[in-house]
Amino acid sequence: MSYYEEEDLNRFSEMGKHRPDLFEKFMAWYQACQEDGALTRREKALIGLAVAHALQCPYCIDAYAQASLEAGSNMEQMTEAIHMASALRGGASLIHGLQAHNSVNKVSM
Amino acid sequence: MPQALPVINSQACAPHAHASFEEKLAAHGLELRAKRIETLQVNVGKLCNQACKHCHVDASPARTEIMSRETAAQVIKALGQFRIPTLDITGGAPELNPSFRFLVREARTAKAHVMVRHNLTVMFEAGQSDLPEFFREHRVEVVSSLPYFLQEQTDAQRGHGVFEKSITALERLNAVGYGIEGSGLILNLVYNPVGAFLPPPQGSIEADFRRELAARHSVAFNHLYTITNMPVKRFLDYLRRSGNEERYRRKLVEAFNPQAVEGLMCRNMLSVDWTGKLYDCDFNQMLELGVADELPQTISDFDPEKFAGRRIMTGSHCFGCTAGAGSSCGGAVLKK
Repeated sequence: MSYYEEEDLNRFSEMGKHRPDLFEKFMAWYQACQEDGALTRREKALIGLAVAHALQCPYCIDAYAQASLEAGSNMEQMTEAIHMASALRGGASLIHGLQAHNSVNKVSM
Repeated sequence: MPQALPVINSQACAPHAHASFEEKLAAHGLELRAKRIETLQVNVGKLCNQACKHCHVDASPARTEIMSRETAAQVIKALGQFRIPTLDITGGAPELNPSFRFLVREARTAKAHVMVRHNLTVMFEAGQSDLPEFFREHRVEVVSSLPYFLQEQTDAQRGHGVFEKSITALERLNAVGYGIEGSGLILNLVYNPVGAFLPPPQGSIEADFRRELAARHSVAFNHLYTITNMPVKRFLDYLRRSGNEERYRRKLVEAFNPQAVEGLMCRNMLSVDWTGKLYDCDFNQMLELGVADELPQTISDFDPEKFAGRRIMTGSHCFGCTAGAGSSCGGAVLKK
């Protein structure tokens, strides 16, 4: 058994069982974010795909890979979005190298 | 109504992948009945020069079922007698039927608008090289499948080398005026998803096709239709082989859009198979789900009076036509 089961994505609404008021607020916000706005549906799906990879959430990766396809993106575009997320993750790690340098410098002669 | 990004199911219970289409209609207070027949869609047979992976007809070069001249003549008789405005010829590759040109010529003589579901590559088969000129001569509306503007996706669905031939065929159609503004010669393209997912919004993918085909190949067209893949025949086989059937069916049910029902193609058309038998649509035809029992069953017995307001036969595959923006032979049912 894996911790992540594909079928669990369809059970998301069970998270509304104990505090339906909070779940409803989340759903209203979530759905509102998905609606057409200044960004296209396709752009929003690609942002979702990139964030899903940054978070490394298997549910989100599955869902937003499908959403990106159904919004009209192709693999080249999706792969670029994933590289963006990965590059930012890499850069975010690397920039923290300065923290290490600062820390070392602070105690060095 | 374009579907919201289909990521979270907020309903108390996830829809069942094998929900009843009739029950779904009833739950929305809807009933599927036909209006006036505007189009006679004639499937002249299963013979095709291609064997596409998503084909709901299961057409291929090995198929031998094709319409006879006698049945084709019955189609023309009904078309003229009842003044049906449009003849929509499909297959297989309809051009491979020896009665194809007879159907086109006679339908035009009967003043019908003629549409042909033309797969582009058939133009390179023996005796078919003059198809662009033939289409032009008879002012045929050409509707051609091109699942994507890139080779990889197109060949993955339609076979190795199909993309390159398709582009050459489109260039030839453009050269005689098809798809060129002001020519009056209509060339529409059809997008099918290359896999187990729903098509994107028609307007947005049409803009991509227009931009990319112009930039990469200097190819022009009039409109792009998005059509949902139906869980029927070869596409259903693919869904089962790839373990996608349950998920895809659930996706179609989840995306049910009651607003798409009004514009479903089955309400304005009648489908005829290669033997002359009648169906409510080409998908029902492939499932051998004929028109309601109380109606005439063949084109030779056709009478539009008896078909007015007919009850349309449905099945779980009908969720394919009501998903998202809806799907028809003319593309998305809801254009915005």
